[in-house]
Amino acid sequence: MIPGTAERKTEKLVVIGAGMASGRVLEHLMTEAPGAFDVTLFNAEPRGNYNRIMLSPVLSGEKTYAEIVTHDDDWYAQQGIDCRFGESIVKIDRANKVVYSNAGGVPYDKLVIATGSAPFIIPVPGKDLPGVVSYRDLDDTNTMIAAARPGAQAVVIGGGLLGLEAAAGLALRGMEVTVIHLMGHLMERQLDPSAGYLLQKALEARGIRIHCKGATKAILGTDRVEAVALEDGTVYGADLVVMAVGIRPETRIATDAHLEVARGITVDDALRTSDPAIWAVGECVEHDKQLFGLVAPLYDQARVVAASLLGHEAAFRPVQTATKLKVTGCDLFSAGDFAEGPGREDIVFRDPGRGVYKRLVIEGDRLIGAVMYGDTADGGWFFGLIKDGTDISAMRDTLIFGPAFQGGPSADPLAAVAALPPEAEICGCNGVCKGKIVSAIEGGATTLDAVRAQTKASSSCGTCTGLVEQVLAVTMGDAFVLPTAQPMCKCTRHTHEDVRRLIKAQGLKSIPAVMQELGWTSVGGCASCRPALNYYLLSDWPLDYTDDRQARFVNERNHANIQKDGTYSVVPRMWGGVTTPDELRAIADAADRYNVPMVKVTGGQRIDLLGVRKEDLPAIWADFNAAGMVSGHAYSKGLRTVKTCVGSEFCRFGTQDSTGLGIRLEKHLWGSWTPAKVKLGVSGCPRNCAEATCKDIGIVCVDSGYQISVAGAAGMDVKETELLCTVATEDEVMEIVSAFVQLYRENSRYLHRIYKFVAKTGLDWCKAQVVADLDNRRALAARFELSQSVYRTDPWAEHAAPRERAKWQPLADLSLEAAE
Amino acid sequence: MTRYLDIGPLDDIPREGARVVKTAMGCVAVFRTATDAVFALDDRCPHKGGPLSEGIVHGTSVTCPLHAWVFDMGTGAAQGADEGQVATYDVRVEAGRVLLDTSRILRERAA
Repeated sequence: MIPGTAERKTEKLVVIGAGMASGRVLEHLMTEAPGAFDVTLFNAEPRGNYNRIMLSPVLSGEKTYAEIVTHDDDWYAQQGIDCRFGESIVKIDRANKVVYSNAGGVPYDKLVIATGSAPFIIPVPGKDLPGVVSYRDLDDTNTMIAAARPGAQAVVIGGGLLGLEAAAGLALRGMEVTVIHLMGHLMERQLDPSAGYLLQKALEARGIRIHCKGATKAILGTDRVEAVALEDGTVYGADLVVMAVGIRPETRIATDAHLEVARGITVDDALRTSDPAIWAVGECVEHDKQLFGLVAPLYDQARVVAASLLGHEAAFRPVQTATKLKVTGCDLFSAGDFAEGPGREDIVFRDPGRGVYKRLVIEGDRLIGAVMYGDTADGGWFFGLIKDGTDISAMRDTLIFGPAFQGGPSADPLAAVAALPPEAEICGCNGVCKGKIVSAIEGGATTLDAVRAQTKASSSCGTCTGLVEQVLAVTMGDAFVLPTAQPMCKCTRHTHEDVRRLIKAQGLKSIPAVMQELGWTSVGGCASCRPALNYYLLSDWPLDYTDDRQARFVNERNHANIQKDGTYSVVPRMWGGVTTPDELRAIADAADRYNVPMVKVTGGQRIDLLGVRKEDLPAIWADFNAAGMVSGHAYSKGLRTVKTCVGSEFCRFGTQDSTGLGIRLEKHLWGSWTPAKVKLGVSGCPRNCAEATCKDIGIVCVDSGYQISVAGAAGMDVKETELLCTVATEDEVMEIVSAFVQLYRENSRYLHRIYKFVAKTGLDWCKAQVVADLDNRRALAARFELSQSVYRTDPWAEHAAPRERAKWQPLADLSLEAAE
Repeated sequence: MTRYLDIGPLDDIPREGARVVKTAMGCVAVFRTATDAVFALDDRCPHKGGPLSEGIVHGTSVTCPLHAWVFDMGTGAAQGADEGQVATYDVRVEAGRVLLDTSRILRERAA
């Protein structure tokens, strides 16, 4: 009993759970109405309240447990709270208002349930092995600290806030850490892909391996955990596995007591459950169909519960919350709602050099969301604008620059460059200062190229190109005219050529990486740049770029050619135009089975099934695969057909085996992706029955060997090929054709066919690269072969797999749904 | 009056992609953006009837796969020099499920 309150009627309050939410409830009660309640506090953990969100600094060794305790034994004693730590509640008897633990019953007048949440454990084989832990409380943290040995391997499953904090903490303890994340980018609930990319880069820089789009299949080990296996076949060795894939409200005792429970314990605005004598607070509750995991709304709830317990009117109104990652050196901030939506607009700022990204989402005259990485100093100010619903229309132009810029004059970039002192560095790669560029200009270098040649400024990575141009403009005044090279699209000022060069120079391997590092001015690109970027990445980093399936044009996504009515045409490969009775039977059977309205021979010597419905694609592919056939890629920006004539095998004029060479070429080149479609022809003699001299690459067999010619066209433009070289053997044909295709793949602008590529670079340059320079030819051919080691595969097999098929069906069928 | 029907989990729609819902009035394309906003539009470009669900999604716009007309998914209006409009439907996400307002689709059928 509390001294001085003995004469007051005290109510019996029982609190189940000593976490951060109930801790705050008790604080409010003790300050606002000391002695109003006789409090009994149960906690399943054998300790009182500590600041759970500071477990990460404890894990990393930056703090100790003692430093994060919020209420120590003295505090509980001073408040006269009867602490039952380490006792779990087994039952609530609502009729008699008694809660039972293993140790017996305690009566209550009012009851607060604050059981928090339990970590979600993915039900994979091996989840119960020793060495697999969740990350929720101090015991988990201590288990992880005990297991952390320098050089040992840890796998963290889950790339959300908690998982990344665990990963960073374990890395600081010297472990080799791998993070497996199911989604395409880290912290996808708080960050957009650009910020997620920067975060990933920062974590990788400190040695943490990140595996996105990774689905855990099983945890391996006999006596204890040894490795983690993913669906894609990857296996990571592991001495410790941390599961941090999410939490679910802990509602068991509420459910057993027949309180209303949805995903969490259902509460009203006063945080009362369906029983008016019982309140619930924290991560275990569901309010207005929402769950809560961050601390700010939990503290709001605590204030409301305390008021409500004391009989005051109070209502919980969820407000926007802000997130920060507690990993030293990774500055990120996200607040509000940054999803795209009708009527919403974005303001994006990127500073690739400093690794800064900021994005504001505006609706009407209000700021509704903010994501920032690298420079989060203004996060609090933006968060205030979001919470207060401030009208930002007057400061919209300079909003992204933060509070310091409000009310000031609008910045003129040229004035800023003019104000730079001569020793200011312009080009970081080559250490070129402004003064050196100005003297080069004054000495007659009046174009960007001339400045590049003389000073080396902007000649390496090129990100300072804009700055060099501004120096030119400031120095020369009106005499300088910006070069009008066509940018790739409206999302960037870079040309296709610059983008290709920078992807290589900077080692960029995903679309968000390109958009961030090259300063894209749109949020997610457009229908023009996205397929191009996806191709450039594939071409430069065939083994380890991040593919963006949704950036592919429909034909390359569905591996069939879309027709005017939305149906597709399907063309199985027919190597060199040769088929068999079995293949023809399989094609005929498929045409019957799927009611194909038209079966047609194409101009490329194959059979086209026109009018196939999207839903039928996986099944028809499976049938063709079963008959030994693969996709003809008749839809792709890639190798399509190799047209042949019969050659020396049957023809009385044929000089070489043109059919055999065509098959050999097709088997070598198939599956490869190129900037635009590529078609080949091989004719057995100069009569040219395969019409090889109007193909992208044509080979004409002659008595002495093979004439290889390139850059023909028979489309919008009609053009005869030009002779690249004449060689004596089939093997030389194979090597030169692969090298030339690779030259085209690595250097052409997306959607330019070979004849446009050759017109731009010149036939002589191509000859120098693949004919004269033997080392270069071999290197090109080797890079082509490396790429083919992964792309010479049939896309149909993957998409026709039974578990993939549902994706090809409508999401729902309401056509038979009754009208009201 | 609105009538929301649960048409499936959000996760069944790829980010920056779409799935269709079949109705007696034709297909409705349900899109999901990179940041999980959802939109529902008639799956038919007013130009030549192209299936918008197979277009490339960028931001809150979609480009028709047949002739590259671009539509604002929020309003259904064609962008740029093109003129045209696609019908839109209310759609929202609750507890990871996609709810589509089918009142218009089903009423028109009854009429």
